[in-house]
Amino acid sequence: MRELHTRLKQLFPLGELTEQRPDLAFVTVPAAFLRPTLLHLRDREGFTHLVLLTAVDWLEEGQFQLTYLLTNRHAATTLGLRVMLPREDARMESIHEVWPTAATYQRELREMFGIDFPGSPRLHEEFILEGWNDIPPYRRDFDTLKYARESYNERPGRETHDPATHMKQKLYPGGA
Amino acid sequence: MKEELLKRVVKGPDGVEFEVEPLRDYYCEAPPAVHPPVYAKIVEDLFNWARSQSIWILGFGTGCGAIEMRPLMTPRFDAYRYGIQWRPTPRQANLLVISGYLSVKTLKRAIRAYEQMQNPKYVVGLGSCTINGGMYWDSYNTIKRLDDYLPVDLYITGCMPRPEALLAGFEDLKKLIRAGKAEGANQYAENFDWYKTNQKRVIHDWDMPDYNW
Amino acid sequence: MTFDWMKIPYALLTLFIVFNFGLLLTAFIAKIGARAGRRHGIPIWQNYIDLIKNYGQRSSITHGVMFYLGPVFRLTGGVGLLLFVPTIYGSEMFSNLSFAGDLILALYFVFFGTLGMALGAGESGHPHAAIGITRGLAQVTAAELPLALAVFAVALQYQTLSVTEIVAAQQGGMMNWTMFTNPLAVAAAMLAFLGSMMRPPFDVVLAPQEIPIGPPTEYHSAYLALMQTNRAIFPIAKIVIYMNLFFGGATSWPEFAVKVFLIYLFSAFVGVCFPRFRVEQSIRWFLIWAVPLGVLSILWV
Repeated sequence: MRELHTRLKQLFPLGELTEQRPDLAFVTVPAAFLRPTLLHLRDREGFTHLVLLTAVDWLEEGQFQLTYLLTNRHAATTLGLRVMLPREDARMESIHEVWPTAATYQRELREMFGIDFPGSPRLHEEFILEGWNDIPPYRRDFDTLKYARESYNERPGRETHDPATHMKQKLYPGGA
Repeated sequence: MKEELLKRVVKGPDGVEFEVEPLRDYYCEAPPAVHPPVYAKIVEDLFNWARSQSIWILGFGTGCGAIEMRPLMTPRFDAYRYGIQWRPTPRQANLLVISGYLSVKTLKRAIRAYEQMQNPKYVVGLGSCTINGGMYWDSYNTIKRLDDYLPVDLYITGCMPRPEALLAGFEDLKKLIRAGKAEGANQYAENFDWYKTNQKRVIHDWDMPDYNW
Repeated sequence: MTFDWMKIPYALLTLFIVFNFGLLLTAFIAKIGARAGRRHGIPIWQNYIDLIKNYGQRSSITHGVMFYLGPVFRLTGGVGLLLFVPTIYGSEMFSNLSFAGDLILALYFVFFGTLGMALGAGESGHPHAAIGITRGLAQVTAAELPLALAVFAVALQYQTLSVTEIVAAQQGGMMNWTMFTNPLAVAAAMLAFLGSMMRPPFDVVLAPQEIPIGPPTEYHSAYLALMQTNRAIFPIAKIVIYMNLFFGGATSWPEFAVKVFLIYLFSAFVGVCFPRFRVEQSIRWFLIWAVPLGVLSILWV
């Protein structure tokens, strides 16, 4: 992993390597260099499998983080590429020509986070939600609880117990 | 609404232009009718007994509860002993089991499936999610009270209920049917406007007729 | 020509007996299938309850005239098949309306119901029904081919087209049965039998586990009940033909019951042992295995 990082760093302006396990590491890539990095990894380094493409909402920093998780099947190693985007008017280059499956992930991200991927096929079709009329629900400034309370009728009489206290009382009624 | 569902003018292969309105072409718009029990009591009792002993379930799983229905067909629990069978088409089914949480998208399909079933028909809600939302009580996309949208005859509690609980629930449903209390289809027809108002409040892109036969 | 009017109530009595026998037998066979899968299976009277329930449904929807007529045609196929062949040989009461050329008529009736269903299911407008009926017709046609060859072989062998006379020629001991005098024809016909019984491995047309349940997708309530009635009568009527042509007919009801059960069991036995064929596989199978047997059986004669 380390030597891969050293090799890549000579070609692309990468960030520091975060090693989570011997076979799993993450590295930050500037948005403009994502595509050449992906192509290099896919064609030269054997990372042929796009495992997933997902996003994290860093509300306080005003940024979205995209994570492209790639796997090298033969070496059994996984490398995650992180891309930071400005949260306002978020937009990212589409990689559906590199991995066709990415188009589906990009559709989902467009719907759930409102990140635009210009040129990605069927991007503006509804993916999971039908007739959604609020801000994208996975953004952290979307108040899920408030929306659920307003939209869906509740049945009165619902109680919530903390599992730990509930089981403690049930198993040790005396409080021992 | 999807583009292919809009009213538009189409040019046929023979050059004749005609207007199509898919929502009216494909579906009938007549509202549901109330079908009260019309025969003498003894005949109705016979029919109710037959209905209770021959429950055909629509094979439509909405949530994680669908996984609990599969063991019922297999040797361990074998619900066929009790006259319970699965049918692949709503036309032939009598019982719609809402197996778990219903997202708004699935609710739409469940409503259409329910409306295509023939009177008398029954709905069983499976698990906490259909009763009060269960663990999805704060979700942005799942309904919390099934009986606002479909007339529910019976709830089976649990998260998830085991197949044994389902069998017990079906036995309770049989008692309801035999007693003539499971008149959900007529209830739906009588309070049709109320149900439709509730359904349209959560389904924002209503791209089907109000009643799909 | 005089017509014996008493034949009509007698024929209706046959119909009634066969109907009840069919309902119980199909449930019994289903139970055997379930036991093979280590289940208990449906109660033996389940078919009656399903029938009452479906007749007792309060609402139904029609898709047009042919939609009505589909199940009616199908039932006509079953009932007609039964009425025009002698059920019990030598019995005045139960030889029904058989006449000199009834073998040809029987062959026609075997196909008649499927054609009626094709029209009815087509009118329902459901795509699954159309897929199902296409598959069904293709498969039944492929299965019909060896059956027709076998029937011709038998007709040539006995030099008659009357089922009664064919049965008469087979009396007097098991060795006179067509099964032993012309085994090739029987083999071809039994392979065709598998294909027309709608049991595995040839039940892709109707199987509820297939995504399109097939022709009856849109049928419900009383329509479905009519088709269930037919589903009780039709297999039995078909087996009666097989019994008459190949297995020496039956001279009494107990003999009838045993023979029909054994012939039905053959298809059930094959059904629990082999997985389901796709349509193109089953057609190929019929053409490769059953049709040459049928041709050979004609040459044998």
